[in-house]
Amino acid sequence: MPKSNADPTVTPELVAEHGLTPEEFERIKKILGREPNFTELGIFSVMWSEHCSYKNSRKELKKFPTSGPNILVKAGEENAGVVDIGDGWAIAFKIESHNHPSAIEPFQGAATGVGGIIRDIFTMGARPEFCLNSLRFGPIIDGGTRFAISQNKEGPTARRNPQDRHSQIAANRRLFTGVVSGIAHYGNCVGVPTIGGEIYFDESFQGNPLVNVFCLGVLRHEQLVRGAARGVGNPVFYVGAETGRDGLAGAAFASRELTEESRQDRPAVQVGDPFKEKLLLEACLELLARDAVAGIQDMGAAGLTCSTCETASRAGSGIEIDLAKVPKREPGMTPYEILLSESQERMLIIAKRGKENVVREIFDKWDVPCAEIGRVTDDGMMRVRNNGAIAAEIPAKPLAEQAPLYSREAKPPSSVAAVYDRRINELPKIDNHEALRQLLRDPTIASKNWVYRQYDHTVRTGTVVKPGSDAAVFFVRYANKILAATTDCNSLYSRLDPRQGGKIAVAEAARNLTCSGAKPLAITDNLNFGNPYKPENFWQLREAVEGIAEACRAFGTPVTGGNVSLYNESPAGVVDPTPTVAMVGLIDKEEHITTQWFKDAGDAIILVGAVGGVAGPTFPNSAKSPGVGDPGYSLGGSQFLRVCHARKEGPSPRVDLAHEIKVQSAARELICEGLVKSAHDCSEGGLAVALAECCFNPSGRLGADVDLENCGGSRAGCAGDTPASTEEALFNESQSRIVISVTAENLEKTMSTLRARDVPFQHLGKVGGDELRIRADNETFHWPVVDLYDDWWNAICRAVESDSLAERIPSL
Amino acid sequence: MKFAVIQFPGSNCDQDCIAAINSIEGLRAEYVWHKETSLRDFDAIVLPGGFAYGDYLRCGAIARFSPIMQAVVSDARAGKLVLGTCNGFQILCEAGLLPGALVRNRSLRFVCEMVTTRVEVADSAFTHSCAEGTLLRLPVAHGEGCFFADAKTLRDLNQHRQVILRYADENGRIVPEANPNGSIENIAGISNRERNVFGLMPHPDRACDERLGSTDGAKIFRSMMQTINANRAQAASGLARQVA
Repeated sequence: MPKSNADPTVTPELVAEHGLTPEEFERIKKILGREPNFTELGIFSVMWSEHCSYKNSRKELKKFPTSGPNILVKAGEENAGVVDIGDGWAIAFKIESHNHPSAIEPFQGAATGVGGIIRDIFTMGARPEFCLNSLRFGPIIDGGTRFAISQNKEGPTARRNPQDRHSQIAANRRLFTGVVSGIAHYGNCVGVPTIGGEIYFDESFQGNPLVNVFCLGVLRHEQLVRGAARGVGNPVFYVGAETGRDGLAGAAFASRELTEESRQDRPAVQVGDPFKEKLLLEACLELLARDAVAGIQDMGAAGLTCSTCETASRAGSGIEIDLAKVPKREPGMTPYEILLSESQERMLIIAKRGKENVVREIFDKWDVPCAEIGRVTDDGMMRVRNNGAIAAEIPAKPLAEQAPLYSREAKPPSSVAAVYDRRINELPKIDNHEALRQLLRDPTIASKNWVYRQYDHTVRTGTVVKPGSDAAVFFVRYANKILAATTDCNSLYSRLDPRQGGKIAVAEAARNLTCSGAKPLAITDNLNFGNPYKPENFWQLREAVEGIAEACRAFGTPVTGGNVSLYNESPAGVVDPTPTVAMVGLIDKEEHITTQWFKDAGDAIILVGAVGGVAGPTFPNSAKSPGVGDPGYSLGGSQFLRVCHARKEGPSPRVDLAHEIKVQSAARELICEGLVKSAHDCSEGGLAVALAECCFNPSGRLGADVDLENCGGSRAGCAGDTPASTEEALFNESQSRIVISVTAENLEKTMSTLRARDVPFQHLGKVGGDELRIRADNETFHWPVVDLYDDWWNAICRAVESDSLAERIPSL
Repeated sequence: MKFAVIQFPGSNCDQDCIAAINSIEGLRAEYVWHKETSLRDFDAIVLPGGFAYGDYLRCGAIARFSPIMQAVVSDARAGKLVLGTCNGFQILCEAGLLPGALVRNRSLRFVCEMVTTRVEVADSAFTHSCAEGTLLRLPVAHGEGCFFADAKTLRDLNQHRQVILRYADENGRIVPEANPNGSIENIAGISNRERNVFGLMPHPDRACDERLGSTDGAKIFRSMMQTINANRAQAASGLARQVA
C-alpha cells in the first residue's frame, strides 16, 4: 500500500501515540481491508478524536430536541444550524470552544477561536453579524481566606502558601488579559462586533480556562449553502491562506488533558490572521451570490482532512485531491503534515463545473490564494495524491461518520453527597451591608466594562442594547429584524447538581431574553467537561445534557448544534462542569426592547416571582405551588456563600420549568402591553445584587427604596417553618424571578394582570433618591448608589491594571 | 448628490458608511474598489474605518499606495470634499493629505465607547450645521487613535483653525478625563489648511440612527451636502454673472 520512504512504520506504539485504542485500530483495518500507512493513521487519529467525532458524547447529544417549525438546518447536518426568522430571512449561529489552545497560548488561542466560529457561519452563506463569548478563568483577585474548603474542594491549590497563590493569581490575570486581547484583536479587525457574553472567575478554572465563542449570521433562505461535495466531476478549490506547519493535529491535542508538559504542545496552537479572514469572508460571500458553488466547507479542526472527507460523506460522493497543488507556506511538507495542519483562514469550495473562472476572478479581485486541487468522484473514496502518487485512500463515509461511539461509565461523585449535608445556618454572622459591596466587587459579578470596552461592539451599526444589560439586542438593518442573544451557565450550580445546572442555564438564558423583550427561538450549547473516562465526569455530562434537553423541550427552543469540549483538566483538577447555553430570540417590535436599568424616579418596583423563589404571600395556591422541594430561601450555591464565606456549597437552586415559563410569559405580556420600563432577572448575588444593578443606569444613576418586610421576614407559603434570615432574603439565588419597574399610574394595572395570570409577585417599593435602601427583617440598609457603582464598575480594572504583566495590544 | 465610499482590503465600516449616508435625504453613496483609478463621478469621497491591509506595518501605511489613492489625492488637491473616519483618518495622514500622525492609544488598549466631542470650528465644510461649541456624541472604536503632532505642526493647526473637533466632557470642557486615547490637546479631528479634507477618529457613520443612541453623525454628512450645494450655487451664480 502507499508508503512514502520517509514515513515511519506503523507500530502498536505509534498507534497508541496517535490516541487510538487497539480496538479502534482493528476497526480501521477492517474499513481499509489492510493496514493503514502513516498518513492514513494520522487522518484517522484526528477524525476519530473526541474533538471531531464526539465519540464519547454523541450518544448523549442524541437526547437533545433538534427539530421545530423554524428549523431549516438541524443540529449535526452542517457547520451550524439555521433558523427561520420570517420574511424569507434566516439566522445561522453556533458556539465553539477554544479552551486548550487558550490555556497555553491565550492570545492566539482565543483569537483563532473567534476566527473559527466566524468561518463556520459564513460557510453557511450567512453574513456574520455579531459575536458573544462565555469565558471562565481562575481568580484574579486574592480573597485572602478563600477556599480553605478542605473536605469539598479537592486540589492542591487551595492550601498553597501565599507566594504560590500570588503567582497563581498573576498567571490567571495573564490568561484573562491575554484571552481578552486575542478576542479583541481578531474580532475588531474582521469587523464583527462582540456585543455580549459572560465571564466567571473560580479556582476550578485555574490552569484550564474556558473560552467559548458564539457567532450569528444572517442570510436569505435561498442563500443557504451546504458543505457537501455534490456533482461528480465538479472541481474542488482550495482558497485562503497557505498551509503551514502550525496547528498540527490540534484536534488531537484538544482531546487530551492539560498537563505540566502541555506547553510543549504550543506548536499545536494555530496562529490567526484576521486580515486574511476578512478578505476570505468577503470573497466567499461575493462568490456565493454568483451561483457558482455546489458546496463549501471551512477548514477548521483537522483542516484539509476533515473538510474533504466530510463534504464527500455528506454528499455520498467521493473526492480526490492532489497535495502538490495545495498552496503551501514552506517547502518540504509531508502529506501527513499538509493533511493534519490546522493553518487558519482556509476554505474548501466545490465549484459548479464551468464556473471555475468565476471562482478565480473573485479570489483574484480580493488577492486571496486560490487553487484547483481536485474533483468530486463517484466511488465514495477520499483519495489523496501527492504529485500523482497515492498518499492516502480511505472510504469517506466510514471515516467521517463511523467513528466508534462509546457510552462511558457514569457515577455521581461522592463529594456531592457531602455537599448536600452542610448546614448553612451555622455560618458565622457577617455584616450584610458590607456583603453587598463585597459581592459587587467580586469579578464574577462586577461590571465587565473593562473587557467590552476593548471589543468593538458598535461596528455594523446594529447594536441597539450594548453589553451590560441582560441580553444583547441587535438590529439587522437590511432584514429589518431585531434579535436578542445571551449566553448563560452557572458552573457552580452545575458542579453541585449538573441536571439543575443544565436546566437553569436554559431557563436563565430564556429569562434574559424575556427581560429584553424577546421571544426565545433556539439554542446552541457548549458542553465543557472533564475527561469522560472518569465516571464522575461522564455522570456530570449526562446529567447536564438531560437537564438541558428537558428545559429546551419545555421552552420549545430546539438545540441547533454546538460543541463538546472534554478533557478540561489541569494538574490542579477538573473544571466545574460548564454546559454553556447560548440562546437567540426575536423581538417583534422596536417598542418592546427593554433594558435592565431603572428609568425614572417615582416608578414602582415589582418583583415578578417570589422573594424566596416559590410561594410568597401573594401566591394564591401555595399548597399546589410549583417547585415543591425547591429550597426556596436557601443560600445553597449562592455567590454570597462563595464570596463572603468562601464556601462552594449546595444544594443548588432548583427550577420548576412550568412555573418559570409562567413567570416569563407574564413578563413578556406586560412588556408587549407597554407597561414595563425596565426588566432585570435575578441571578448571581440574588435580589440585592439585581436591585443594585437596576440602579446603574448608564445615562444617570438612580436610587431605590425597597421593603422586603412583607416577604422576607416570614416564610408564609414556603416549605419549612423557620423564618428566613436577612441574608437569605437579600442573597438567595432562587430562580424564576424578574425585577420590573412601571410608572406609578400603571402599578395597579400591572398587578391585576399578574393576579389574573396567577403569577406570584411582590410590590417592592419605588425608584428614586441617591441611595439603595432595603428594609428586611426589621433592619434597614442604606447604600449610597455612587459607592455601590464604584465598587461594581471599577473592580476588574483595579484588579488587572495594577498588574504590569497584563497583556495589552500586541505588537504586530 | 453622490458620495464615494472607498473599499480597501480590510475596510470594515464601508457598509456602515453606505447605510448611514443613504439614510440621509438627498445623499447617495456607492462603493469604489481600491483598485479603481478615478473618482470623477462623485461629489465627495469617504475613506471608511477598518483595518486596511490589516493595519500591518503601520495603520494606513500600505493603503496609501492603493491605486485609488492617486485619484483621492488629486481630487482633494482640486478641492473636492474628502472625509476620513477612524482608519480613513489614519490613511489621510499617511497619504500626506493631513498633518500629524495617529499612534497607539496611551492606555495601550483598544477603546470602544461613546464620547463627546466639541465643535471648535463651525464654519468648516464639515460642521456647517453646527454652532461653535456644539457638542456631538459620537462612538469611537480604535487601538491607534492618539493624535500626535510636533510643536510647530500643532501651532499651525491651531493658528489656522484646523482643529475641528476636540474630546470634551458633557459640559463641553476640554479635560483629560474626556479623552479616550490620550491625543495631544484632546484633538479628535482636524482638517487640512484648505478645509476640504477632514479626518476624525470618532465614527459619524455609527451615529445616524436614534436607535444607536445618537444622530449627531448625520450633522457632518449634512454639512458636507450643504457645502457642496452652496459651492454649486456660487459657481452657478458666478457663471450667470459671466453670461450676463
